[in-house]
Amino acid sequence: MTGLVMPTPDTETMRRRAEIVADMRIIVPGEGVVDTVNEMRAFESDGLTAYRQLPLVVVLPETVLQVAKILKYCDERAIRVVPRGSGTSLSGGALPLEDAVLLVMSRFNRILEIDYPNRTVTAQPGVTNLGITHAVEQEGFYYAPDPSSQIACSIGGNVAENSGGVHCLKYGLTANNVLGIEMVLMNGEVVRLGGKHLDSEGYDLLGLMTGSEGLLGVVTEVTVRILKKPETARALLIGFPTSEQGGQCVADIIGAGIIPGGMEMMDRPAIHAAEDFVNAGYPLECEALLIVELDGPGVEVDHLIDKVEAIALANGSTTCRISQSEDERLAFWAGRKAAFPAVGRISPDYYCMDGTIPRKELPRVLAGMRALSEKYGLRVANVFHAGDGNLHPLILYDANIPGELDKAEDFGADILRLCVKVGGVLTGEHGVGVEKRDLMPEMFTEIDLDQQMRVKCAFDPQHLLNPGKVFPQLRRCAELGRMHISGGKLPFPDIPRF
Amino acid sequence: MRVCMLMTTFTPTSAAETLSVIQWALANEAPLEIIGHGSKRALGRPIQTEHTLDLSKLSGVMLYEPEELVLSARAGTPLAEIETLLAEHGQQLAFEPMDYAPLLGTQEGRGTIGGVLAANLSGPRRLKAGAARDHILGISAVSGRGEAFKSGGRVVKNVTGYDLSKAMAGSWGTLAAVTDVTFKVLPAAETETTLAVRGLLDEDAATAMSLALGSSAEVSSAAHVPYPAVTRIADGALGSDAATLLRVEGFGPSVDYRLRTLTDLLKNAGTIDTLAADLSRTVWRDISDCVPFADGSERPVWRVSMAPNEAHRMVMALRMQAACDAFYDWQGGLVWLRMEADPEAEVLRHLVKKSGGGHATLVRASHALRAALPVFEPQPPALAALAARLKQQFDPKGILNPGRMVPAAGSASLPPVHTEEATS
Ligand SMILES: Cc1cc2nc3c(=O)[nH]c(=O)nc-3n(C[C@@H](O)[C@H](O)[C@H](O)COP(=O)(O)OP(=O)(O)OC[C@H]3O[C@@H](n4cnc5c(N)ncnc54)[C@H](O)[C@@H]3O)c2cc1C
Ligand SMILES: Cc1cc2nc3c(=O)[nH]c(=O)nc-3n(C[C@H](O)[C@H](O)[C@H](O)COP(=O)(O)OP(=O)(O)OC[C@H]3O[C@@H](n4cnc5c(N)ncnc54)[C@H](O)[C@@H]3O)c2cc1C
Repeated sequence: MTGLVMPTPDTETMRRRAEIVADMRIIVPGEGVVDTVNEMRAFESDGLTAYRQLPLVVVLPETVLQVAKILKYCDERAIRVVPRGSGTSLSGGALPLEDAVLLVMSRFNRILEIDYPNRTVTAQPGVTNLGITHAVEQEGFYYAPDPSSQIACSIGGNVAENSGGVHCLKYGLTANNVLGIEMVLMNGEVVRLGGKHLDSEGYDLLGLMTGSEGLLGVVTEVTVRILKKPETARALLIGFPTSEQGGQCVADIIGAGIIPGGMEMMDRPAIHAAEDFVNAGYPLECEALLIVELDGPGVEVDHLIDKVEAIALANGSTTCRISQSEDERLAFWAGRKAAFPAVGRISPDYYCMDGTIPRKELPRVLAGMRALSEKYGLRVANVFHAGDGNLHPLILYDANIPGELDKAEDFGADILRLCVKVGGVLTGEHGVGVEKRDLMPEMFTEIDLDQQMRVKCAFDPQHLLNPGKVFPQLRRCAELGRMHISGGKLPFPDIPRF
Repeated sequence: MRVCMLMTTFTPTSAAETLSVIQWALANEAPLEIIGHGSKRALGRPIQTEHTLDLSKLSGVMLYEPEELVLSARAGTPLAEIETLLAEHGQQLAFEPMDYAPLLGTQEGRGTIGGVLAANLSGPRRLKAGAARDHILGISAVSGRGEAFKSGGRVVKNVTGYDLSKAMAGSWGTLAAVTDVTFKVLPAAETETTLAVRGLLDEDAATAMSLALGSSAEVSSAAHVPYPAVTRIADGALGSDAATLLRVEGFGPSVDYRLRTLTDLLKNAGTIDTLAADLSRTVWRDISDCVPFADGSERPVWRVSMAPNEAHRMVMALRMQAACDAFYDWQGGLVWLRMEADPEAEVLRHLVKKSGGGHATLVRASHALRAALPVFEPQPPALAALAARLKQQFDPKGILNPGRMVPAAGSASLPPVHTEEATS
């Protein structure tokens, strides 16, 4: 990835920078246009900090009309645009381009409507994920998808990345919790998809937009469904001597018809790092630690806790603690929640991966990772959304040692290849961005990728919105539209027909 | 040059054969009607093609791993076969796919898993669990360009590339012929019970339902069935008083507890009955399949998707202008309407738009009416243009189900795409 090739900057656009900046100031008067190098520094990277690039200009619009005007202006002049929410993407989705306007949506920060009878919140895209829950929690409601970055990441960014979180096992990803959006197409047209109704009409463009990483349109409004907070939540903290046993326990819980509110696993290096950091009381002798949270009415939670405990014992758990208070439940989570910074303490740098695998492949993938760890001479700690097979290996490296970043990236790429090989995918929730862009052919054929790019052509035929992300190679829409017609004869005697 | 031949039905038995049929159709610009079991041919816009691509022989479950909550099947696999297999393992398609057969007067228990995706249908549990589109994990398909492609995978957490699988949901076979599907499956609830508040007016029912759904009782389905629709549910087992129905599913002790919570919450709303598991299942199956309007007639039936709590007001306004019967599923988010005579498409769609938006689909009507009226909700111009561009990218020559959702380009006998938005 360090050899990342981005689209060649357009010299004509670069030459006309001053004029473009001036025109942006006309569209967005006041403080909304940032063009000095010093001020633009704040926007030069997102959560994937290994990559930095100053944009052409930063524009922070405040109204949908301004967004529409900016996009139309850029479309007419073939100027590239990179949308950005809070800049927490871990895949470089919001990485600027030298010749592109960086369209920052953070000033769209208002909740527009709370509708309890229909259980929806309509918000501008710059509202943080947690901001939505905060707006409704006094009435006992919350917004279920809960990325760990929820204090900072924007709901618009969540839609663009189809973000997940611990609760997604039971309550679904962003895609399952968004009812409608308003968005602006690259040509400046404003369209609404869905609304407060449950099924959106026509083609499922809302489904296509969710997870499209800012390549199809700019989201200017989001309507989500909210849920009533469960009456109680309790957690079990279960240790196993081997990761196989931990994995089997997860399978057996689900096999028993139980879908926990959250089910997370950590491996030995992650357990140790977390315990050293927050003293959560984690058992240090086990190879796999499982946190299982059950939520709902008290009687249900108690009933299921007993079942899960029995399943854990049957799978050879060496410790099993059940939270007896809200404080204890939170303590169980404290280590898991602090796992990233905890690993940050034991290594100068770490690189967070995000593959998903069929759960039953966990032992094979962990063994593979251990072998790769030896091969590259780098340590790896694992936290794992165990219920849905989403792995977050954290590769430990030191960017000050020449070549280590490259090694970490190669190691990461090998892990993702392994995930694909066992029937999994390159990214579960962090997105492709620039980070996994060049690995896409590991999962997709050229035909698969071309068909995805054709979707892009329906939305943005000039490839102006967030180019250089997701697709390893950009092909012109005219070229993609060309047909190679074969099979004109009717030679298939083997196909039954009447 | 178009090769005119006898009407042909192609019945491929593999993805490769499906590919060669579509490549042939493309080379000869010969449009195909795609069918699974053809159980919903009476639904949507009628189309006229010389050739039919029948996917019902593309059948069989390819992978089922209960502990991984995943099932893959060829698109023509009968839904009934899949549901039986899942039930044997205490699992289900949580979106509770409905059967249009009673309403449309076709043979019950037909339908393929590919058809379920293409129609994106779901049943009463949609309120809590989502629709087919929320459970599809991956597909393989052949586009109208004569190319076999795949999207998604077999795992739940996956954001690798655009979600083309979701794009197939509700596309009625107009973008690609799906050859295999992978769905997320879920454990079936241990038991269920339904609480019925009797005799409520539509407005009071709306209040009761939003109270129940806003509680922590985890209601999985909520319907209001007024007179006369209620008399046809479960062969008349509910009598003739309006019934506001709240389904609670899960583990036994939890269901009991949540029922008590609901009873307490609604004790002042009206008389409360409790329907035990068997009756509960029958009641929800009948609501799902729109049995109240399965009267063997061709009187127009609409399926309206709108903001749940606005539905009763919309229906009241409609009644001022046209004779109709209604009942509500999804807390009101799904309104089933049977019109006495004229479909009143314009009136209805105008009212839905005024009531917070949504869309109305004409699911039953005479062939002539379905050909003359926009069966699916006409979209505003910018959105319709975007949808048309998407169709163009999947099926540039318009050979897959032309005219099924909107009139095919160049079809003179059919009305143009409705442009109410543009003129208002
Ligand atoms: C227990 C049971 C439950 C049922 N539940 C449901 C339900 O929830 N929802 C439901 O819709 N039906 C259900 N049915 C009935 C069945 O009749 C459905 O209508 C079925 O979804 C339609 O499948 P079909 O194969 O008959 O579709 P068809 O009527 O043949 O097709 C419907 C539409 O989908 C398109 N299509 C079909 N297959 C493909 C494909 N492989 N690729 C691309 N496009 C395709 C067609 O072109 C058409 O536009 C059920 C049946 C049983 C036995
Ligand atoms: C510490 C940490 C923990 C994290 N934990 C999780 C986790 O648990 N689960 C998870 O899923 N992710 C997680 N993430 C990743 C990240 O927070 C999410 O991807 C988040 O949704 C990004 O939101 P954002 O507002 O920061 O978007 P940005 O980073 O600003 O942008 C992300 C992408 O969205 C596009 N975009 C942003 N706003 C819009 C808009 N309005 N319209 C169109 N496109 C737009 C951008 O172009 C870019 O491609 C984590 C990140 C960090 C740093």
